[in-house]
Amino acid sequence: MSVFAELTGQDAVVAQLRNAVAGAMTHAWLFTGPPGAGREIAARAFASALLCPYGGCGECPSCRQVRAGTHADLLLVRPQGLSYGVKETRDLVLRAAGAPSGGRWLVVLFEDADRSTEAAANALLKAIEEPAPRTVWLLCAPSAEDLVTTIRSRCRVMTLRVPPSEAVAEALARRDGIDYDRALAAARAAQGSIDKARRLALDASAAARREAVLKVPLQSVSLGPALAAAATLVKSAEDEAKAMTEELDEPERGKLRQAFGEGSTGKGVAKAMRGMAGAMKELEDRQKSRATRVKRDTLDSALLELAAFYRDVLMLQVGADVELANADHLSDLRRLASGTRPEATLRRMQAVMKCRERVAQNVAPLLAVEELTISLLPG
Amino acid sequence: MLACMGSLVPFTLVVGEEEFLVDRAVREALAQAREALAELSGGGGGDGDLNDMEASALTQGELTALTSPSLFGGGSVVILRNAQNAAKEIAAELVKYAKSSVPDAAVILTHAGGVKGKALVTDLAKAKVHQVDCPKVTRAGDRADFVRNEFRRVRRRADPDAVRALLDAIGGDLRELASAVDQLASDTDGQIDAAVVARYYRGRAEATGFSVADHAVEGRLNEALEQLRWALATGTAPVLITSALATGVRLLGRVGGAPRGANANALAAEVGAPPWKIDRIRQQLRGWHPDGVAKALQAVAQADSQVKGGGVSPEYALERVIRQIVAYRAASPR
Repeated sequence: MSVFAELTGQDAVVAQLRNAVAGAMTHAWLFTGPPGAGREIAARAFASALLCPYGGCGECPSCRQVRAGTHADLLLVRPQGLSYGVKETRDLVLRAAGAPSGGRWLVVLFEDADRSTEAAANALLKAIEEPAPRTVWLLCAPSAEDLVTTIRSRCRVMTLRVPPSEAVAEALARRDGIDYDRALAAARAAQGSIDKARRLALDASAAARREAVLKVPLQSVSLGPALAAAATLVKSAEDEAKAMTEELDEPERGKLRQAFGEGSTGKGVAKAMRGMAGAMKELEDRQKSRATRVKRDTLDSALLELAAFYRDVLMLQVGADVELANADHLSDLRRLASGTRPEATLRRMQAVMKCRERVAQNVAPLLAVEELTISLLPG
Repeated sequence: MLACMGSLVPFTLVVGEEEFLVDRAVREALAQAREALAELSGGGGGDGDLNDMEASALTQGELTALTSPSLFGGGSVVILRNAQNAAKEIAAELVKYAKSSVPDAAVILTHAGGVKGKALVTDLAKAKVHQVDCPKVTRAGDRADFVRNEFRRVRRRADPDAVRALLDAIGGDLRELASAVDQLASDTDGQIDAAVVARYYRGRAEATGFSVADHAVEGRLNEALEQLRWALATGTAPVLITSALATGVRLLGRVGGAPRGANANALAAEVGAPPWKIDRIRQQLRGWHPDGVAKALQAVAQADSQVKGGGVSPEYALERVIRQIVAYRAASPR
């Protein structure tokens, strides 16, 4: 099975990538598309096809190594913290300057390239413009505008479109054996993101959290309830993020302690453990930065759900015949649609977007969400 | 032997964590030791050698060398700080020395008084050395006692109101309190009362984000701005002030949204505030309308974004938001 088979509903992009593998190559690529469109999957498939001796068969050792992330000629960069700094970037540029060890290309796959700081982006410029003869850069970002112009202009941009809900639902039904109707509802709610759709369909707590988020518009009737709704929203995002990060944190700390030889006895142990406190502190800082990022991401996805809700309200108000993301909450949508004016709905959508900006700007999440729920109040 | 030692205290142990008091005790012990040593040598031999060092830096046998009589006379003073960090062998040496001290040498030892190295303190107490306690001054009453003692030291009288005013103005730092007392004593004559204190020190200390927020939501613009300036001048981070303002305004909204007769404890748990605060918030709520609270909270969000890099000047953003809060309160229909 070809490595491109996983890219549902992206035929135009796949055709271009196949051409490139066949010879129409360039040295820097930028994969853009909304969350869930499959930027990373596309980039990964492309990397696999470039490294595979048979042009992306999906079966050979090379393809399997790429899938496992262990291929010697694939540098995977996945920023986990709040941002990707200039120090790490310089290190990356240095590694990317080498020659491939076996195959035709040395591929650098930079996921979430929009997380790089401005200084880091500038450090990348030279490397991306004139990379080593056999190095290929694959960057991923939600949209081309998320990167500085100078980077953007040096890359060939591949724009992935949001896959239609039917395609997502079919993929879920085929791969995870989810009942098609349920898969379709989840796909609509997830607005094209396969991962999110899968979580909504399979994980009861994710579905419950979505329900809680979608209650916010109707809860916000006066100041007191609006503030209470904001508190619940932020709390649930924090709880979810905590559950996600704690799962990772403790094993990492355990591994580090073990690496320094804690708990062992014998000659030289005290000496070996000398640097542990410092390394531990560094790890904890990294974990904290990751926790903040996960917290922000979870809150952001809740805000996007709210935005989709108001978009549906607007669609009903203007009588547009389009697929509704929240068709399962039709009565709520209708109630809001008939009770308010389209202008007000637009203002509320703007408030949601402003709240996302505020959160990204490091404004206290609770305060930002409170500002939002106050804007949702009737009148 | 004792007779010829005069007033020299051979071994002084200063126990406690209150840095200022420990310093003072050491200084006093040192001055006393020097005086005694000068007397011993008949005024001719100077006031002795001084060694001031960390106890953990002391090596074995060094104490004997430092305290042994000098060829030129005059004796010696050894100050050993943070004895809790001393190694076990050194601690044993110190105890041994305390039991049989050298005639013309004085050792001054400081110890944090915690659990660490506690055995040293008990052993020295058994050796009946002179001990000065300097426990941490934490309670408000203890601080007032301290200030009264300070006035007594400089032989001045201060009435209770003056003591309270000084504590309000300076805060809890003993060093600053002591220097303020010195300053007052040298700058003024006669009885020191609250008015005298107010002339020199006013509304400064403990200006926190919360006091700013309380003044702002209670509609006292001048006081709020004054507290803001003090808070910023004494190093409070602007983000802490916006967060306090947010808490203040948020609680107005949440408590105001609850039924009037709701149980204070249950309400406190729900909105995440201490129970005693609920009554105060209910008082603050007089004069506010929900619309005003909503607008004020949005203004705080705006300010928080400006303080965190969205604006040019955090100070301006803070002053502006305080003005806005007060204005939204005034605009509320009664």
